[in-house]
Amino acid sequence: MPRIVVDVMPKPEILDPQGKAIVGALPRLGFTSFSSVRQGKRFELTVDGEVTEEILAQARNAAETLLSNPVIEDVVNVEVVEA
Amino acid sequence: MTELPLIGEAVAVAAEPRLAGARIGVVTFPGTLDDRDAARAVRLAGGTAVELWHGDTEIGDVDAVVIPGGFSYGDYLRAGAIARFAPLMSKIIDAANSDAKLPVLGICNGFQILTESHLLPGSMIKNDHLKFLCRDQVLRVENSNTAWTLDYEAGQEITIPLKNQDGQYIADEKTLDALEAEERVVFRYVGFNPNGSRRDIAGISNAAGNVVGLMPHPEHAVEPGFGPESLDGIGGSDTDGLGFFTSVLTKIVGGDK
Repeated sequence: MPRIVVDVMPKPEILDPQGKAIVGALPRLGFTSFSSVRQGKRFELTVDGEVTEEILAQARNAAETLLSNPVIEDVVNVEVVEA
Repeated sequence: MTELPLIGEAVAVAAEPRLAGARIGVVTFPGTLDDRDAARAVRLAGGTAVELWHGDTEIGDVDAVVIPGGFSYGDYLRAGAIARFAPLMSKIIDAANSDAKLPVLGICNGFQILTESHLLPGSMIKNDHLKFLCRDQVLRVENSNTAWTLDYEAGQEITIPLKNQDGQYIADEKTLDALEAEERVVFRYVGFNPNGSRRDIAGISNAAGNVVGLMPHPEHAVEPGFGPESLDGIGGSDTDGLGFFTSVLTKIVGGDK
């Protein structure tokens, strides 16, 4: 089954409190090379059958309307992944 | 249905018979917590509470709607994001935007649902300190002209409970400037910003003033013996939240301020 992967990230200008907490925890485990962390979301939409242009357009629409909130998030990637 | 006080003096507001004719809908989603308290607050203020179910396709005969707090759909995806697409919500959005200007109050998760519905601008993200916080919170009423704040004075400070994890109000600078210029910041946190909200904003309204959303919970401060004063004596009164509900009832029956 092919899947459509949608990646959503907090907008760059929005402070990501979760990412900030994670970057604070990394050095305590000895991971000292990372100055910043931002946490996003990955959605995998499974398609029964072939991914047509229309289905891909539906996925992009769903990504903008339900999967992300454009006030705080950007859809940074929509791509087809073959199983 | 009348409410017996649990302790203390009888109902805080002498209920006027004419108010009982005003019907306030209270919406329940899967995961809503505070619908019973909101309905009780409506009745204590003298109105008639009407249960509404998220799957309903009609609002029915109600004069205003409260979208109460809780964790609709477990806060999955984003707080309020799935509830926003419930069948009843599209009817509420239409009614709020119509000429009739249905009064709508969103409390906590209800506020999050209203921003996801684009009835109110901006959004809520996780508290800046990342913790769930429950406390009695002092607010300043900045605008006493909305459907839900007529019974307060502008500048009045009230104390009501606050309890949330995703309470940090954010919007871009242009939106924040516009909200302030149009006097649509209805409540501000006083003394302590509990979540990092931009410009200490606790609640806002739409341009017409019929839709109001806020993070703290007025429905938990409507009854003598059960409000902030009894619990920790930080000031205010036990019933500082009752004015939300008396305000909208007064507006519905056409009373003067």
